[in-house]
Amino acid sequence: MSVDPELSDDQTAIRDLFVGFFAREAPASVARASEPLGFDPTLWAQVREIGAPGMGVPTVFGGGGATLGDLAVVTEALGRSIAPVPLVEHLVAARLLATPDVVSGDAVATLALRPATDDGTWRLVPAGAVADVVVGLDGDELVVVRAAPPGSGPRNHASAPLADRSARVGVRDVIGTRAEFVRARDEWKLLLAATLAGLADAALDLGVEYVKSRQQFGVPIGSFQAVQHGLADLPALIDGARLLAHKAAWAGERAEPGRCDVDDNDVTDFSTLASMALLFATDTAGRATDRSLHFHGGYGFSAEYDIQLYYRRARGWPLVFDDPGRECLHLADRLWGPSTRAGDVHASGSR
Amino acid sequence: MDFELPPPTQEYRRQIKRIIAETVTPADIDLQHETGTFNCPALNRALAEHGMIERAVPGLGVGDPIELWMLFNELEKAAAPIDGLGVAVMIAGVVNHVGTEAQKQQILPSILSGEALVCMGLSEPDHGSDLASVTTRAVRDGDGWVINGAKMWTTMAHEARWLVLLTRTDIDAPKHRGLTMFMLPMETPGITVEPVFTMGTERTNATFYADVRVGDEWVLGEVNGGWQVLGVALAFERGVMGGTNPGVPLLRRFGAWAREAGIIDDPIARERMARVAIDNEVAALLTQRTASIAAKGGLPGLEGSMTKVFASEAYVKAAHWFQELAGPDGLLQLHEPGAAAEGWIEADARHAPVTTIQGGTSEINRNNIAERHLGLPRSGRE
Repeated sequence: MSVDPELSDDQTAIRDLFVGFFAREAPASVARASEPLGFDPTLWAQVREIGAPGMGVPTVFGGGGATLGDLAVVTEALGRSIAPVPLVEHLVAARLLATPDVVSGDAVATLALRPATDDGTWRLVPAGAVADVVVGLDGDELVVVRAAPPGSGPRNHASAPLADRSARVGVRDVIGTRAEFVRARDEWKLLLAATLAGLADAALDLGVEYVKSRQQFGVPIGSFQAVQHGLADLPALIDGARLLAHKAAWAGERAEPGRCDVDDNDVTDFSTLASMALLFATDTAGRATDRSLHFHGGYGFSAEYDIQLYYRRARGWPLVFDDPGRECLHLADRLWGPSTRAGDVHASGSR
Repeated sequence: MDFELPPPTQEYRRQIKRIIAETVTPADIDLQHETGTFNCPALNRALAEHGMIERAVPGLGVGDPIELWMLFNELEKAAAPIDGLGVAVMIAGVVNHVGTEAQKQQILPSILSGEALVCMGLSEPDHGSDLASVTTRAVRDGDGWVINGAKMWTTMAHEARWLVLLTRTDIDAPKHRGLTMFMLPMETPGITVEPVFTMGTERTNATFYADVRVGDEWVLGEVNGGWQVLGVALAFERGVMGGTNPGVPLLRRFGAWAREAGIIDDPIARERMARVAIDNEVAALLTQRTASIAAKGGLPGLEGSMTKVFASEAYVKAAHWFQELAGPDGLLQLHEPGAAAEGWIEADARHAPVTTIQGGTSEINRNNIAERHLGLPRSGRE
């Protein structure tokens, strides 16, 4: 036994299954057709058929009993296809709720990433436009609210089904505390990190394919070093993002408390790793889509090319949560203790 | 994926930490920075006594394969010297991979005992990145060879017992197919060493070869197969043996100083420190991945290239950020009063750019990734 940074045989099988599934059922044309809402009910029905919505729920509740690492493999496959289904949010919410309709996916569930405002509104909830069930923080309580979704939301950068939702109106139950919310949000961070790693990998593939076929000056533009080197930086970032998401997933399954010693480069704390994974994957997806779009020249921003779909989601999906710079400051609080500067708006506990 | 170290490996790690703590003194480190020679004989001997060099050599099959990564990771985190040991361990792996039985018997024990270091005569004054064009000649002379030429960046040549030397043996063959690697004792007559001092503190060397006469027994690998031997060496070197986590001691030293200086409360400093911590984690994971491939008998050339580019460029970024955050105190050199982190920030700011060049420039590594990993057409060069 040793440190093994490769997928297990089971995870390889899950990857092949889901990469195949999304490639077949959700090519980029499906994401494109789902705009501006960003949700495809037919694709969600297919996702239900293969049993994905309840995969991460323990088997005693009728779920698939998958580990966080298995789920990261699934969401990475989703990211490759930028599939317009809210599986990341649903997987996380399902682990909190474990009710039969959520396990089966008959009801779409989501997680409000930020606490409710004083008047009881969860602002711009991911999948808020289509979710039947929303879990989130209201004060210090973790609550679940069941209510009919609006079915539409504000048009946005990522064509994501965002919408404001009420934390008070609907069938409401208190199911936990802030600690359980934080845990669920950490799971969301790591699963979105894996999603973004997949998105970045597919964006790199699009760029490589384009520069191999596009001819200028009588040669493929991919034979120019200026182009090659811009793309050659990306595989390390993508592999790094994937490895870090998987390390976070591994830490999230451990029973014993993790360590958080950056002086010795020894970090096994789940929350810390989930935050790091999200930040690194956000940066990676941003860079991969930026380089790939740029090397498409004018076609990159033309609506008919797929890379612009990836570009907008690479920025929009993580920003639903928060500014990466602010998340860095929260990470710094974990690593070096809270800032003592008076009036620092970023000081820990502000959210 | 499994990121847990099994108990014997954890014990191995604790043992390395203990040996470093017992043998590498602050005075040693200061001396290395004064002389530019990053080697600590007491450390090498202590590691060897505990069998740790043997356990780390890739492909030897003595220790848990991941121990290679762990040894250099711990040395680097502790800011202990790795230049001498890194090359020695790598070349031990190469000798084990391509050497004859006689070479293994003669060379390996001297390295595994921590007594002998190795230097590499690869680049030349006029041939660096285009290494396959080297012109140092080895010419047949009866049963042996006569070598003439000059090499640059022969780091540790002034301390090493062994020399790995890339020579041209067939001037008519295509450039990659006319090269032969030799492994020679440094005491072989005709070899001279001149020091070369650098901005990044390290002392390296220029080495000269005048009618150096050697027998066939010193050919490493096949005659005219030098390029393949080099490939083995680089696959072992890049991204495994040090050079991938220099950001760890940098962040530790900067963090401690920032706390004293009150800069730790500056949100700009905090954001950058957090980003450096993330890069350090990613660099460690990429290194672990590379080491794991090498451990299973693979030659992770591409993965090593990726790791090397990522880690060295992240180090440059971190050193630059921290020097700027320190303001004028970041300009002061080792042990000057008021120097940020006792001058380590300034030392890293000079050292970091070197790491994007030595062992293969970022550009050569990007060519490698673009052509072999992404499958892009070879760019305009022979």
